[in-house]
Amino acid sequence: MCLAVPGKILFMDHDEQGYARGRIDFGGVLKEVNLAYVPEAKVGDYAIVHVGFAISLVDEEEAKKVFGYLKKIGELGELQEESQGEDPR
Amino acid sequence: MKYIDEYRDPLAAKSYLHEIRKITTRPWMIMEICGGQTHSIVKYGLDELLPKEITLVHGPGCPVCVTPLEQIDKAIEIASKPGVIFCTFGDMLRVPGSKRDLLMVKAEGGDVRMVYSPLDALKCAKANPDKEIVFFAVGFETTAPANAMALFQASRENVSNFSLLTSHVLVPPAMEAILSSKENRVQGFLAAGHVCAIMGYEEYLPIALKYQVPMVVTGFEPLDLLEGIYFCIRQLESGEAKVENQYSRAVQREGNRPAQLMIEEVFEVIARKWRGIGEIPQSGLGVRKKYHPWDAEKKFNLDDQSVSEPAECVSGQILRGIRKPMECPAFGGRCTPEHPLGATMVSTEGACAAYYRYRAREIREEAAL
Repeated sequence: MCLAVPGKILFMDHDEQGYARGRIDFGGVLKEVNLAYVPEAKVGDYAIVHVGFAISLVDEEEAKKVFGYLKKIGELGELQEESQGEDPR
Repeated sequence: MKYIDEYRDPLAAKSYLHEIRKITTRPWMIMEICGGQTHSIVKYGLDELLPKEITLVHGPGCPVCVTPLEQIDKAIEIASKPGVIFCTFGDMLRVPGSKRDLLMVKAEGGDVRMVYSPLDALKCAKANPDKEIVFFAVGFETTAPANAMALFQASRENVSNFSLLTSHVLVPPAMEAILSSKENRVQGFLAAGHVCAIMGYEEYLPIALKYQVPMVVTGFEPLDLLEGIYFCIRQLESGEAKVENQYSRAVQREGNRPAQLMIEEVFEVIARKWRGIGEIPQSGLGVRKKYHPWDAEKKFNLDDQSVSEPAECVSGQILRGIRKPMECPAFGGRCTPEHPLGATMVSTEGACAAYYRYRAREIREEAAL
């Protein structure tokens, strides 16, 4: 029920009631989304959308952290070497 | 899709599993709160890849599951009235009330419509001024700003033929109810990422401190879940009980302030009954008096009623992490997604339904041995 999906804001305007609205691209599927709760949104930002409302914008720097952390502990490098020659699935 | 595919990378998942194995020395029990997380864990089999010392139990964060029978019966009563268009998210259609479900009302000629957003229900109200449009406003904190906005817009534009049948619940009081129970076995929590995107995580700080449990705000993709589990185990192994934020790409400490303001404008905190658990004080949202003309329970003058659950169902224990789905004698036999006995089998996000969907074959194979 709390499913929310990230998508890219392609276009922004206001609806008849004056609420911020955007057209958002979810991997090729376009949807109209209410942007009232993300006043800082700009075209090109990724918004996390739940039942027609953007509830948050994706922070690009924070989004990389999970991979940065793995690199730091050196695990990713080791495993890449290990899996060379393995079935690439 | 960007911000989804990279969080499903098998190599990165493998290295997190390796790290988790390295730091785990003792048995630990962790609960993920959100049904969406339960679904991901069981779908990707993450629980089976973890070291055997770690047990994941599945929390009450499935709004469809915990909506009490009484509210489903009220929805069915309203939807059966002539002149009503009853709008709902699709996953509420098949949830059985004490006798029927909304899909049966539709089959009998009731005007029951599935919508993607509460604003679609409001549009429907404007397009059908001679009908009463009722939206079944079910959900946790994540969904509350959307439902609040629909009601707020209806009041601002004076759309008098629109109302909400509300069954909104809140996560932190449910966590406290679990932790304060004598039977509690949960030692750490993965807090629900999208709930925290709205509410932030400051309200978890006193709970982590009081009960000495680590809480990690966690996302929904396999890598998010593994990283959340890793953070949680790291705290447990070192005797810490902090609130950490794994899902920092979407969650800020203070949450989404404009969304919180809209919730406060329209709703107030009230006691709510949770299906399978019972009433929890201060655990839900109800429509403020100022907005009662848009509250379906007031508009249709529905009486409070009390209905009991089938005695055989152990969903209350499953939602509190005391039992696992397969430990129930009715699982997969007398209780299936087609004929659910209770809360955790009714929605695809319920723990029993997730096990039934992704593990049913192995369960049958085991039974045949």
